Order: sequence, then structure tokens, then C-alpha cells
Amino acid sequence: MNTHPITDPALGDRAAWAVLRDVTDPEIPVLTLEDLGVIRAVDVDLEHHSVHVTITPTYSGCPAMQTMEIDIRDRLMRAGFTTVDVETVLSPAWTTDWLTETGREKLRAYGIAPPAKGEGGGKAVLMGHDPVVACPQCGSEDTKPISEFGSTACKALYRCNACLEPFDYFKCI
Amino acid sequence: MNKDQHVEFLLRLGDNSLVLGHRLSEWCGHAPVLEEDIAMTNVALDLIGQARMLYSHAGEIEGKGRDEDAIAYLRDVLDWRNCLLVEQPNGDFADTMARQFLFDVWNFEVFSALTKSSDEQLAAIAAKALKEISYHRRHSGDWVIRLGDGTEESRAKMIAALDRVWGFTDELFQMDDVDKAALAAGIGVDLEALRPAWESHVGAVLAEAGLEKPSVTWSVKGGRTKGHHSEHLGFLLAELQFMQRAYPNSNW
Repeated sequence: MNTHPITDPALGDRAAWAVLRDVTDPEIPVLTLEDLGVIRAVDVDLEHHSVHVTITPTYSGCPAMQTMEIDIRDRLMRAGFTTVDVETVLSPAWTTDWLTETGREKLRAYGIAPPAKGEGGGKAVLMGHDPVVACPQCGSEDTKPISEFGSTACKALYRCNACLEPFDYFKCI
Repeated sequence: MNKDQHVEFLLRLGDNSLVLGHRLSEWCGHAPVLEEDIAMTNVALDLIGQARMLYSHAGEIEGKGRDEDAIAYLRDVLDWRNCLLVEQPNGDFADTMARQFLFDVWNFEVFSALTKSSDEQLAAIAAKALKEISYHRRHSGDWVIRLGDGTEESRAKMIAALDRVWGFTDELFQMDDVDKAALAAGIGVDLEALRPAWESHVGAVLAEAGLEKPSVTWSVKGGRTKGHHSEHLGFLLAELQFMQRAYPNSNW
């Protein structure tokens, strides 16, 4: 497993990370922002009780980003930080490769197939190669895309040919 | 390149995204099938998000205190710099997909090149947007094939749709002083040089759809470079800007 950047304590103060650990995605509430890889850095200035949080958007127009920013601010203020700055950076662009293993498991348990990985995923999918997507209900790999656009910007619609259930797929970006 | 040209260059990109995003949002609740309703509003959301980032960046470069909202809601038709293609009315589903496809293929090439822009924020926006545009281009291309290679009726509609918008595509490759200055500064893109890649991708999809390249002889330009728009943009802006015009400075 790759070392996920946000588990590196050098990126920020442990106290602030601990507070942020249970801030969740408003649209996929089983995922925390940490699982999602949206929080890129946390810098605490203990002397001034202030904290600077750097986040990156999943999609350019994702309406959940504003809620995430408000939630981060709210949680840190309630934890005693008097000044909270949330900065949005675009580079490097967010990728589904930053989803943690825990996040992938949570998605699957929630009924959303996690994004394809490795050779069949990531860039290959962006270039139009069909990923192998296992049904989160029955595990069959005999599945079929219905639409590359789903109920939120980050998901595609699929159908399982084995158990015939429709399901969401967290698509590669 | 002076600051005004830099801002103008960014507004041209942002205006394309916002106007097309708005057009697609008009389909919300009206698409032929639910999946397409969702797909078109998803693409609209991406485009509007891209426009917001481009406008915010333009406002910062400009340094006169205009934010994304001021740029989107407080400019009149003549100040808009989108290409004529994106402001064309939705028509039927084939019209919308033909317009989308010709634009997506161009947009993909433009944003690919912009990932190397010397304007670092623009390069970052481009890298982000390009992943989304990859999905857009595949979606609209799939529909050109499906309709072109579909029934007699769907094929006739796609042929007519391509004929209707083809004459707006020359404008996409036009270079004026702003584009040339942006290119010379390493910020912009050589639009003329993108034409072969655009023609090759469009040609491949048309071939797969069993369609000929339209033999249209008319060509209209002037939206991107001069703000000379078709009669449709004013109506679009009347809706897009209604709240700020009716209730100035309203906020929520």
C-alpha cells in the first residue's frame, strides 16, 4: 500500500488532524475527508490558536466542496481554534488514487463500487478503456456501464448482469 | 502581454464554459431519458465549476476587485467572449450533442495544451478540467456515433444537427492579437495548430458513425474576439443574470 500523504504527521499537527478525522463527505457520508484525500495539509500555529487547512476539490463543480469547507471550519472552531483558514489548491489535481484502502472498503460496504486501480484504472480509464468493476452486492465482475455520469459528479451508473442489481461506481479521475 | 490581454484571454475560456454549462442546465428535467438528464447536468456542473475557477483567476489578475460573480452577472452581451458555437440554442437532443461534441474535442485539445501554460494557476485549472473534459468528449462522441449509426430518423437528425453548427467551428481556430500575445507569453495556445488534431478526432468519430463531414460553405466568427454574438446570447444572459439585475447585490 502506498504511503498516503495525509497520514504523515509532518504535514500537520496531530491535534487538528484528530479533530478533522471524522468530518465526512456530505454526499457520501460513510467517507471521511481523510478517506477521500481532500485535505492536503494542516498547519497549526499554537501560539495564535490558528490553523491553516489546505484542501483540493474532487471535481471543478462539486457542490459538496463548500459544505466540506464549512464543516472543517466549524469543527476546528468548536475544538478551540480561534482562526481557521481554509485554502483551496488545484495542483496537483485530485485523483481517485488518493482514496485510502479504508475508504475503498467503506465504499464497497455502502454499495458503491470503488474506482478501478492499477493498469486497468486511472489513466487507462480516462483514455476510454473499460475498467473491470465488481458488483458491490454480489461480487460478480460481469457488470455493464449504463452511464458514465451518475447521481454525483464522482460516480457512474452500472448494472450487474449476475444479480441484476443497479449500482453506483466511484469512477476514476 | 499586458494585463488586459491576460484577463481577456481567461474570460474567453471562462465564458465558453459558463455559456455552454448554462445551455446544458436548460435540459434539466427535459432530457429524453433520466440517465441523459443526469449526464447533461453533470457536464453542466463541471463546466460551471471550471468557469468559476477561470473567472476568479481573471479577477485576481485584473486586480480591480471583481470576483467570479461580478464577472458572470454584471457584464452585458458585448462584453462576453465565448465562441458562437456554445451559445446556439439546444434544439433537439441531436443538436445538443453535435454542438457538444465539436466543442468537447476542441476543448480537450485546448486544455491539454494549457496544462503547460506559464500561468501556473491556469495550468492547474487545465490539469483539473482536462480529466473532466475526457469524460465529456467520450460521452458526446458516443452519442454522435449512436445517432449517426442508429435509425433512419436519428441519422437524419444528426446530419441536420451537424450541418447547423458546423459553420461555427472555424471561429475556434482563429488567432487574434490577444491569442497571439498569450501564445508569445507562453500563457496561451496556438489555436491554428490544434486544427489537425481536432479534424482527426472529429473525422474518426464521424467515420464510425457512418457520417460524412458536412459540406457547409458558410462560416461565422466574431463572438470570441469581438463580442459580436448571435441574437441568442442576450436571451440566455437575461435568464442567467436575472437575480442580480432584478435585485442588485442580492446574496444568500
